[in-house]
Amino acid sequence: MSAIEETVTEAAAVEAVPKKAMTLGYGTSLAVLVLLIAVPLLVKNFIIFQLTMLLIYAVAVLALNILTGGSGQFSLGQSAFYAVGAYTSAILMEHGGINYALTLPVAGVICFGFGFLFGQPALRLSGVYLALATFALATAMPQLLKLGAFEYWTGGVQGLVVTKPDAPFGLPMSQDMWLYYFTLAISLAIYIFSVNLLRSRSGRAFMAIRDNEIAASAMGIDVALYKTLAFGVSAGITGVAGGLGAIAVQFVAPDSYTIALAISLFLGMVVGGVGWLPGSIVGSAFIIFVPNIAEGISKGLSGAVFGVLLFLVIFLVPHGARQGAIVVQHLIGKLRGN
Amino acid sequence: MTAMLNVRDLRAYYGQVQALHGMAFDLSEGSMTTLLGANGAGKTTTLRAICNMVRSTGTIEFEGAPLIGRPTESIVRLGIAHVPQGRGTFTTMTVEENLQLGAITRTDRAGVVSDIERMYDHFPVLKDRYTQQAGTLSGGEQQMLAVARALMLRPRLMLLDEPSFGLAPLIVRDLFKILGKINREDKVTILVVEQNAQLALELADKAYVIETGRIVMSGSASEIANNEDVRKSYLGY
Amino acid sequence: MELFTNQVLAGISTGAIYACMALAVVMIYQAIDHLNFAQGEMAMFSTFISWQLMQWGVPYWGAFVLTLVLSFIGGIAIERLLFKPLAKAPILTNVAGFIALYSIVNSVAGLIWDFTIKQYPTPFGSYPFLGSQLISTHQAGMIGVTILLLIGLFFFFRFTRMGLAMRAAASLPESARLVGINTSWMIALGWGMAAAIGSIAGMMIAPVVFLEPNMMLGVLIYGFAAAVLGGLTSPLGAVIGGFLVGIMENLAGTYIPGAGNELKLPIALALIIVVLVVKPAGLLGRPIVKRV
Repeated sequence: MSAIEETVTEAAAVEAVPKKAMTLGYGTSLAVLVLLIAVPLLVKNFIIFQLTMLLIYAVAVLALNILTGGSGQFSLGQSAFYAVGAYTSAILMEHGGINYALTLPVAGVICFGFGFLFGQPALRLSGVYLALATFALATAMPQLLKLGAFEYWTGGVQGLVVTKPDAPFGLPMSQDMWLYYFTLAISLAIYIFSVNLLRSRSGRAFMAIRDNEIAASAMGIDVALYKTLAFGVSAGITGVAGGLGAIAVQFVAPDSYTIALAISLFLGMVVGGVGWLPGSIVGSAFIIFVPNIAEGISKGLSGAVFGVLLFLVIFLVPHGARQGAIVVQHLIGKLRGN
Repeated sequence: MTAMLNVRDLRAYYGQVQALHGMAFDLSEGSMTTLLGANGAGKTTTLRAICNMVRSTGTIEFEGAPLIGRPTESIVRLGIAHVPQGRGTFTTMTVEENLQLGAITRTDRAGVVSDIERMYDHFPVLKDRYTQQAGTLSGGEQQMLAVARALMLRPRLMLLDEPSFGLAPLIVRDLFKILGKINREDKVTILVVEQNAQLALELADKAYVIETGRIVMSGSASEIANNEDVRKSYLGY
Repeated sequence: MELFTNQVLAGISTGAIYACMALAVVMIYQAIDHLNFAQGEMAMFSTFISWQLMQWGVPYWGAFVLTLVLSFIGGIAIERLLFKPLAKAPILTNVAGFIALYSIVNSVAGLIWDFTIKQYPTPFGSYPFLGSQLISTHQAGMIGVTILLLIGLFFFFRFTRMGLAMRAAASLPESARLVGINTSWMIALGWGMAAAIGSIAGMMIAPVVFLEPNMMLGVLIYGFAAAVLGGLTSPLGAVIGGFLVGIMENLAGTYIPGAGNELKLPIALALIIVVLVVKPAGLLGRPIVKRV
């Protein structure tokens, strides 16, 4: 028997990403942060709003990335968690008169619970089956939100209008700009939390499960606990993103949270590079701006253009933005070497 | 006797790792040859390289036809049957379907039918279970099935990867007896990789000893078996 | 009691739609080990092709056969061009590829044939079947076609060399190559067959749901549900699953208070989840054994 040989195992759902490669260096991180702080000062309000959405979707993609890139579980159902977060914030603000900032932790906690519970049945599923179950969840969610029984709270098909918050302490900035910086602060906190989570003991457990579940359980990792935990954390973060989204868009309605949103987030993760957290923002940019670009190229064929672009990404840069980052890193390394 | 299989300067790689470092050997037609060596020496890799199941460079010629770069299925169609480690049984299919799969490239229907009967003669246990799902067979029975499936190709050359792996000694004896018979009566050239060196050397005509991807010794089976140094350092008995 | 029987009958007739789609889903799952999210769109596109042929004056059955052939070739072409290069990529990349395909097919169909609803003919007529108001002759015909298809597939896989080779390639690609099977082409063939079966499903379904680019979305989800319920590895299971989903959907709509139409879909989906949890291999599927 040769030492190096292939064993018969199920193909990995996700290619393994070394832990170190999941983040950016300090210098690069700082540069990106400065850019994110500076840009809104230079552009119009509508663009600031788009940038806010960019950050919000980036957080949602990041959440999926923790689940898939971290623990190797699929989800095509993130829109459901996003919806629950959005409705939680909206209902608390409009029915409960609670401050918008305070609704976010509630949205996070409720979604964590929801995700943790959904993680229980999801435990027994893997790969394509899990994709299907979460797909089902995403498709069912708008229907549930439309239910007559909850109409008093959810506003039914009409949805709820959410009041846009003003900048506090009389700060001299527009509502859009304030919301942008508010979102940026929260996104940053979530990013730092996520990076540390993946570097922690739990993060190592996630990755062990991702790489080989049976071996992980043989090493004494409580696979069930960590898998559901990953679902919970991912759902919780998505819920916060949903809450932020509700505040930014000033409106929640069942049909804003269809399977299309879940698919977008999924694509954002693929484009950004599975398991590479900073890629989330690149993926988010893809799902926000590329449909616009596609529409610009051909109105009637925007779906086709989008699909073709997606195929190009898959074929040319199968590891998404991570691959681009590696190339850039090599180039910089070479320049320094000279 | 001209060589049926010529291997020269064979190098094989798993990703960045090089597993074979310039192997060279010949198999003459009708012979039974064994590859011996410790775990990780590259025996399995050598067999996989012949069937192009691992990235490799160098030359491998089967009756003059170059094999490197040729797809596995087309190598098989030249008449090379490979019984892989772990047997490669189609566990969800019946025993008979497994045998039919072995002959899937053949077009002579009547020949296939009579060959299935012949396999049942060689391995009576398979006849008793021909409608049974192959996954329900015992390890020894599955190994018989794997050999029978390979023979259904009517191969000119048969590669066997550790046929004795995980089998009880008595069953191993039986299996090797059958392999010897196939070699002599059906004129099938056999290359067998074995951990059980003693047994393999009893049956084979020729042996190669490999270590870390290189051939370190070759000779007739009896020479190798009687060489004290080889026995101590490589064969461990 | 009569209400119950009627609802079961109605369920069987809608179930035939799902059964047909589920069969296509299982077919491709067998060949490539993935669920093709673009399957419904491919079926929709095929149906449009047959509609276009009929617009050009080709008679129904001529268009039917021609569409079958074109879909088969189209399925193979899609596999060769787009998915063969992804064969070794992670599942995730493949799912992204399906979504891209979905998006392209849907958009192109909308551009060529626009999004207005079109009537689609049935070869069986739409009279009451055997005097029953609940099953029309079209629906009876659809059930017949599904069953014929199932029997045909059974014979193909059980008794032909090609069918045997396809099963081998799907279950153990490496061993299949070692007996000389060109596994890569078997996958392409699987795509072709799935596309052809999908086109039959589309042409049978179109008279009921009307022809338009989004006609298959709901059907595909129910088709998935049916396939999962029956077991993704079993064509017979898929058909039974299809009928069961149809029946349960109708019974739930009738007997669960407040369920009505809007909850039909969530109920079907809850069903998927329950089945996946209780019996992941489905009613007739093989259990999957995992190794380190």
